[in-house]
Amino acid sequence: MSQAESSASTVLASDHEETLDFEAREFGFWLYLMSDAIIFALLFATYVVMSQNIAAGPSGKMLFSLPHTMGETFLLLCSSLTFGFATLAAMARQNSRVILWLIVTIALGIGFVAMELSEFSGMIAAGATPQVSGFLSAFFTLVGTHGLHVSFGMFGILVMMGQILTKGLTPPVLSRLYRLGLFWHFLDIVWIAIFSVVYLPGVL
Amino acid sequence: MQTLRHAPTHRTYLTGFVLALILTAIPFGLVLSGLLPATATLSVIMIAAIIQVLVHLTFFLHLNFASTPRENLLALAFAAILIFIMVGGSIWIMFDLHMRMMG
Amino acid sequence: MLGKLTIDALPLYSWVAMSGAAVTILGGLAAFILVTYLGAWRSMWTQWLTSVDHKRIGIMYIVLALVMLVRGFVDAIMMRAQQAFSLNSEGYLPPEHFEQIFSSHGTIMIFFMAMPFLTGLINIVVPQQIGARDVAFPFLNSVSFWLTAAGAGLVLISLVIGKFSQAGWTGYPPYSGIAYSPGVGVDYWIWALLVSGIGTTLTGINFIVTILKKRAPGMKLMRMPLFTWTTLCVSILMTFSFPALTVVGVLLGLDRYAGMHFFTNGDGGNMMNFANLLWIWGHPEVYILILPAFGIYSEVVSTFSGKRLFGYESLVYATAAIAILSFTVWLHHFFTMGSSANVNAFFGIATMVIAVPTGVKVFDWLFTMYRGRIVFHPSMYWTMGFMVTFVIGGMTGVMLALPPADYLMHNSTFLVAHFHNMLIPGALFGYFAGLNYWFPKAFGFTLNEKWGNRAFWLWISGFYLAFMPLYILGFMGMSRRMEHYNVPEWQPFLLVAALGAVLVLLGIVCIGVQLLVSVRDRKTAMDITGDPWNGRTLEWATASPPAPYNFAVIPQVEDIDAFADMKIRGVADLRPTQYEDIHMPKNSAIGILLGGMAFVLGFAMVWHIWWLAIACLAGALLLLIIRSSDDDNEFTITAGEVEAIEIQRSYTTHKIATDRPMNASGLPDGQTMQGRV
Repeated sequence: MSQAESSASTVLASDHEETLDFEAREFGFWLYLMSDAIIFALLFATYVVMSQNIAAGPSGKMLFSLPHTMGETFLLLCSSLTFGFATLAAMARQNSRVILWLIVTIALGIGFVAMELSEFSGMIAAGATPQVSGFLSAFFTLVGTHGLHVSFGMFGILVMMGQILTKGLTPPVLSRLYRLGLFWHFLDIVWIAIFSVVYLPGVL
Repeated sequence: MQTLRHAPTHRTYLTGFVLALILTAIPFGLVLSGLLPATATLSVIMIAAIIQVLVHLTFFLHLNFASTPRENLLALAFAAILIFIMVGGSIWIMFDLHMRMMG
Repeated sequence: MLGKLTIDALPLYSWVAMSGAAVTILGGLAAFILVTYLGAWRSMWTQWLTSVDHKRIGIMYIVLALVMLVRGFVDAIMMRAQQAFSLNSEGYLPPEHFEQIFSSHGTIMIFFMAMPFLTGLINIVVPQQIGARDVAFPFLNSVSFWLTAAGAGLVLISLVIGKFSQAGWTGYPPYSGIAYSPGVGVDYWIWALLVSGIGTTLTGINFIVTILKKRAPGMKLMRMPLFTWTTLCVSILMTFSFPALTVVGVLLGLDRYAGMHFFTNGDGGNMMNFANLLWIWGHPEVYILILPAFGIYSEVVSTFSGKRLFGYESLVYATAAIAILSFTVWLHHFFTMGSSANVNAFFGIATMVIAVPTGVKVFDWLFTMYRGRIVFHPSMYWTMGFMVTFVIGGMTGVMLALPPADYLMHNSTFLVAHFHNMLIPGALFGYFAGLNYWFPKAFGFTLNEKWGNRAFWLWISGFYLAFMPLYILGFMGMSRRMEHYNVPEWQPFLLVAALGAVLVLLGIVCIGVQLLVSVRDRKTAMDITGDPWNGRTLEWATASPPAPYNFAVIPQVEDIDAFADMKIRGVADLRPTQYEDIHMPKNSAIGILLGGMAFVLGFAMVWHIWWLAIACLAGALLLLIIRSSDDDNEFTITAGEVEAIEIQRSYTTHKIATDRPMNASGLPDGQTMQGRV
């Protein structure tokens, strides 16, 4: 094998290794998401078990506002869409578009978290704190854990924006962005479960 | 990056978005309007939720039988089964205990 | 400034507690002095503490495990001593102290002895068995280790500053809630579990990806060694069960720290849900502990019978069945909590079903031995001791699986005897067998067999003496965790049990002596060929110890028992004609730094030093961002360097091969592959 050929095949070999490596990272991240799904599932199970344990405090019916929940749902769903647009821009290597859509995503995420915080503070101000009953402990923990995940996700988006601006859309950066996207979409799926298990039945 | 053989387009995401909106509007609408009795409404909520999850998996996460690696699908299926066992089992056990503690 | 931490946290209230603290401090000091004396700080840091090499990480895990074995065993012997003499007497341990001891005994042995031991063996062996150069995520591997070590550190420091939990290794509320355990003990327990639990979850993910994505070409799933199969199943169990532990720890923590009502006695708390969530984790956990041992037994029994493993496929399917079923039996840990007959019956039947695949495995191992040429190596002794003794424990398990019978035996010493019967001759003997089996691979010289056999005989006789009386005591009505009692008929049995504990102590001493003697005599016991036992699987193809990259050229696998197959085909010794550059991951200090931060975070949370906890969280986040932005984390071993290493190895191998003649099959002369295939 000539010098040029062998170095070409080495380049290809390490490219192939690199792709394999990213596949491994993406599969690993997917597995982490599955473990996170179990965490949420058990928080849901706990919530369901405790949903009637209102003790001396209020029930969901007295606390939940469906229009408010609809607003949060819409914001989060839009943010999934905009992250998708960011992903498409990344595949097309349009750095500035990626940043643009990521900014919109963060804005929507901030809106979601802000609405959630206002809901929580409203409940707390009305005396419905997590210390009042098992139901409220479970509610705040389940929904709060989701909100925390969203906050981490937004932080991750900021970090990704920094990496894109400083390094550009290199293969490692693209792979990380992809994994962050998995995370972000996963959280929207968990939210579907939250409004379907917590808010809607809570109001019925 | 999963160099997506079924490369998504803006259409993919928009379709998912619209479907998700519809599948959200239906349960919310039912609850707000009180059109159906509670048990029926709950069933619709659950079914709409499951379908919407599938919509997200398909249109946002691009999960499909053709290009998604087999082990990812298996991991998802395994997680789904475990969630069913853990959540279902917990609810069965805890409600059974609840019934027996009531007297 | 220092939260709840005051001078009162020091264990000056009892001489027993003070001695415990003193031993812990002295132990740490001794290690520190030893390293300083050897001038080894720099090499410790660069070669070990910041290493991302699975072989080094594996060794560190096992070192941790052996240290914690001694620590946890001290608890055991203290309990045996107390119970031997506390008939109608207070003994020497007040109840609160006794409670801490049985709580730390269980916590240490499960989380900080057994888990690191099996994880260490998995780390050293599995990448080599599948023909890979390292795990899929070497950096994450380092993080996992240091998180485990941080958890162990929290348990160790609880002996010096503050107290440990009194609520048992399972921490049931309401006793573990803030109302009944207002001190720091339960908090230490929670944080030790949360921190190390994350490490374990990451290990599970790491090995699933490693096994599914990094196998050598030709190594199909049904050609993998059994130890790799059990590791795959264990990794799946880790990934999917540890989230439950995280949830239960966090929820209890929220009750304790934030006054919530998940498990409180009033205000809508549901204490029974704690047991439910805990055992959703807890049952898969015990299979995490036992499956690696089963894998080790498969390897050992095949190698030291000189025969191919009998019933490979049935062993694989049995392992997979056990793994899946382990998620369906968890209620058998709380049959007596009050569920209805239907619920108890369902889980009782599932529990009996899960015993069946293990039975299949036992027969497979027996049939492997049948008509083999048995080599009485310590690993084989550990294995044979397991096969006889574990079966007893399995049978008592089936007894306990019957809910009405369990009503009589739950939380008696019968239960204690059963689970120790599973864990000691089941899991621990397996780890010891693995230690003796793979030690030469890791260090380049074999362990002294004489002392290994002595350790075995002391352990197995000690086990029988320590635990068979407990079965009888359970039938006689003795409950577990008793600090004193007033039934004279029980005492003789407890005296015998104490004697058993002394024998086990001597067994542990023998293991220590074995290590010292082996190190002293290492020059005469060197494993030059890399294959001291005429092994059948790929880890025996590497040097002992292996080069950093394990394999200079990734092997091409063509059959099950890949290395044996290579020997038959005559390609086991071939030196490659061409070498390539090998890319290896760089060491990283971030693993140990994250571990350190996790330790300080846990400590700060225990003592309510909020500013310190926040600082640690921020620091950890910063480290993660730094790591995530680091794209330059590999270095290259050039083809020339690889060639030099390999030439040096084959020179020494060849030298010995001429002294130890091998026939055409690559076997020691006089042996053939007949009857082995």
